Amino acid sequence: MTVKEFAMPDLGEGLTESELVSWSVAVGDWVELNQVIAEVETAKALVQVPSPFAGVVSRLFVEPGTTVLVGAPIIAVEVADDEAPGQDGSDRPGDGQVSPTRAEPAPERNAVLVGYGAPVESASRPRRRARDSGWVASHRALPAQGRSTAPTPAPPSPPASTADGGAPSRTGVGTTPVRPRSYPPVRKLAHEHGINLATVTGTGPDGVITREDVLAAVAARGDGTTATPPEPAPRTAPREVRTPITGVRKHTAAAMVASAFTAPHATEFLTVDVTPTVELLETLAGQRRFEGHRITLLTLVAKALTIAVRRNPTLNSRWDEAAGEIVQHGYVNLGIAAATPRGLLVPHVKDAQDLDLVTLADAIGHLTQEARAGRTPPADLVGGTISITNIGVFGVDAGTPILNPGEAAILAMGAVRRQPWEHRGEVALRSVLTLSLSFDHRVVDGEQASRFLTDVGAMLAEPGMTLTMV
Amino acid sequence: MLRSEISRTSAHDDRTDDAQAGELDPADRRAGVTGPHPRTPGAVLQLITPDGARRPDADLDPWVADVDDERLAALYEDMVVVRRLDIEAVALQRQGQLGLWPPLLGQEAAQIGSGRALRRDDFVFSSYRESAVAYTRGVTMTDLMRVWRGTAQAGWDPRSIGMATPSIVIGAQTLHATGYAMGCVMDGVDSAAIAYFGDGATSQGDVNEALVFAASFAAPVIFFCQNNQWAISEPVGLQAMRPLADRAPGFGIPSLRVDGNDVLAVMAATRQALDRARRGAGPTFIEAVTYRRGPHTTSDDPSRYVDPAVQQAWEAKDPILRVERLLERSGHLTEERATAVRSRADALAAEMRRGCTGLDAPPPLSVFDHVYTSPTTWLVRQRSQYAAYLAMFEGGGR
Repeated sequence: MTVKEFAMPDLGEGLTESELVSWSVAVGDWVELNQVIAEVETAKALVQVPSPFAGVVSRLFVEPGTTVLVGAPIIAVEVADDEAPGQDGSDRPGDGQVSPTRAEPAPERNAVLVGYGAPVESASRPRRRARDSGWVASHRALPAQGRSTAPTPAPPSPPASTADGGAPSRTGVGTTPVRPRSYPPVRKLAHEHGINLATVTGTGPDGVITREDVLAAVAARGDGTTATPPEPAPRTAPREVRTPITGVRKHTAAAMVASAFTAPHATEFLTVDVTPTVELLETLAGQRRFEGHRITLLTLVAKALTIAVRRNPTLNSRWDEAAGEIVQHGYVNLGIAAATPRGLLVPHVKDAQDLDLVTLADAIGHLTQEARAGRTPPADLVGGTISITNIGVFGVDAGTPILNPGEAAILAMGAVRRQPWEHRGEVALRSVLTLSLSFDHRVVDGEQASRFLTDVGAMLAEPGMTLTMV
Repeated sequence: MLRSEISRTSAHDDRTDDAQAGELDPADRRAGVTGPHPRTPGAVLQLITPDGARRPDADLDPWVADVDDERLAALYEDMVVVRRLDIEAVALQRQGQLGLWPPLLGQEAAQIGSGRALRRDDFVFSSYRESAVAYTRGVTMTDLMRVWRGTAQAGWDPRSIGMATPSIVIGAQTLHATGYAMGCVMDGVDSAAIAYFGDGATSQGDVNEALVFAASFAAPVIFFCQNNQWAISEPVGLQAMRPLADRAPGFGIPSLRVDGNDVLAVMAATRQALDRARRGAGPTFIEAVTYRRGPHTTSDDPSRYVDPAVQQAWEAKDPILRVERLLERSGHLTEERATAVRSRADALAAEMRRGCTGLDAPPPLSVFDHVYTSPTTWLVRQRSQYAAYLAMFEGGGR
């Protein structure tokens, strides 16, 4: 005698489960082939299920009133061994009947109208292969395939559903989707509202982004553009670019944060009529000894700064928190803020106080050149004592510069503008410049800062005043 | 001609209407031939009554003069066999071996009587319920199962069987039959086409277009409507205010309304229609009034819409029982013979079961094999994409 099991069939074109309403047989009963053994209610109909075997009922797997998944065994029948194989086809693999030796029901065939229908619930789904051999990978753009051996970090796998029996869910296939799952009209809606679908969490089936999700994102943005969608931006440039915070930018940010939140900044402004200095530059340009050297306003400001520092040394000092000391420098390592393709760099000219004008001009020229070329040696980037930032080259007048960490002062020079200005009791068009001085108020008081600033201003307003300061 | 009310329980057949619906026959007049006689609406042609009495009919009798008791017994056997096969197929579906099955219980006479009237060179364009017609055409038991098991797109070779792949699309096959029949005329042969469809299909545009074309071209086609009273769950009375046979004269096609549960009357009517077709007299519409005693398909639950009293009334008019009674009365159905018929039916049912469960599912990619004689680039692309999809699964998606 052989025991054969009969699994709940799909009784109605793609059903996944049915309720066993009642048994017409009991354990120990003899059943004929096609004898009605049970009544089963599907989503579509109440039907009588005939036995596919002739034999003695040995087991009923489910109680009446139980909902049974298609493919789960419902009855076991002991059949005579001479029951011809193929009489009912139960010896054939994959015919929807389950042999008792098989550990789990494997209803590989889910017949519907024609072909293979609704997948059977639970563990009996066909198992997906590992995804690297899968359809998604093979349908990626070809270059990506070529790079597949590169040690790129694996995409995070979706949380495995234990109920899934280890079979990845549908969303598991697309762990690296090309674009968020949505529908064309919803994409259009998002586009019209300037919503990036990558930032929207989908609440539809399988995480599909719905119209409601997009509208919710628009409402959440709350920028008043809900009522009148803005003109679609020209799509020549991406709406945003994400760049990893590295290198100069990372260093700059760290320095600025460290400076801004450790040294209490104060800033003073002084606007100066620098017409005489501009005239001096013209004079110098015509002199043979300065030929081939680039003497600029920055050079003269730098020179004036070194002179003013000598008279106001607290501006050239450092707050040493660890030592509990204020370090006053007997030299000027003059930092020059340089805008470079890599970002802001502040290389410095060592011992600027000892340099004559030509040497200073050459040093600054060399410094900025090297910085823009990315060749500044690291030693030139640390150990500065005071800095200048020339924001005037960008056409602005004044600002609140942030101190280079470890320094007590930074001087910003604005743009030179021809402006109506008081000159000898009248209004005249003059070359006017604003100086902005930020200082570390732990080290420097307003008095010293003001003296320093007015010294620089005085030398620029009347270069001859330098004679009184050296 | 015998006229009897077929049913008092069917609202549709209770209609009384004095119009002489069957009279006009312009096609016949034009062709100079005689068509079916006028008859009263609601009347059906009948040769064997439900209680097994053979009733003479001057018009029909000549067409079945050759059907002696022996031949009638053969028709009886056919009906017993196809009913047995149908029951087996329903069981196979309930056991998960077929995806779907449209039972024909109650319609055996309509299908056997008409199918057995056909010649080898005639061609059948059927709907999906005509398994008994397929049986008369010589379709094997296994071939009968293929489509319903989902292992093939078509169960048999239409040319060798003389029967097209059943049309699932309602009524579409009437156009195919008409076109085929027009082709027969062009070929100069006297073969005919027969289209099988149901009462519900008569509301389809395709059927009406087919009637127009068949009439216009005097195509040798028979429109064989099995009025089984139900378009799935919709009773025929909802879409036919008059007997369906009354519609055909409006198209210029003569019609016959015949007791579809009377195998002899159906055969006589079909032979008469075939004769008209072969003589070049054009199409004929036959309404075989019968009853679908099972569900529309195995997915259907008729208990939700069928009055049990109506069901019982039609069981009393069983097509097999009446022939059984007639043959018993004439002494041509002995117990021995009845047993032999049942044995043969059981053997064929077992053969069908074996054939069904022995059918292997085709490789998934074979679905692309016969779409076109030579595949298009799109098809090739779809095939490769589907192959890649299947490759995602262990065991290739099986």
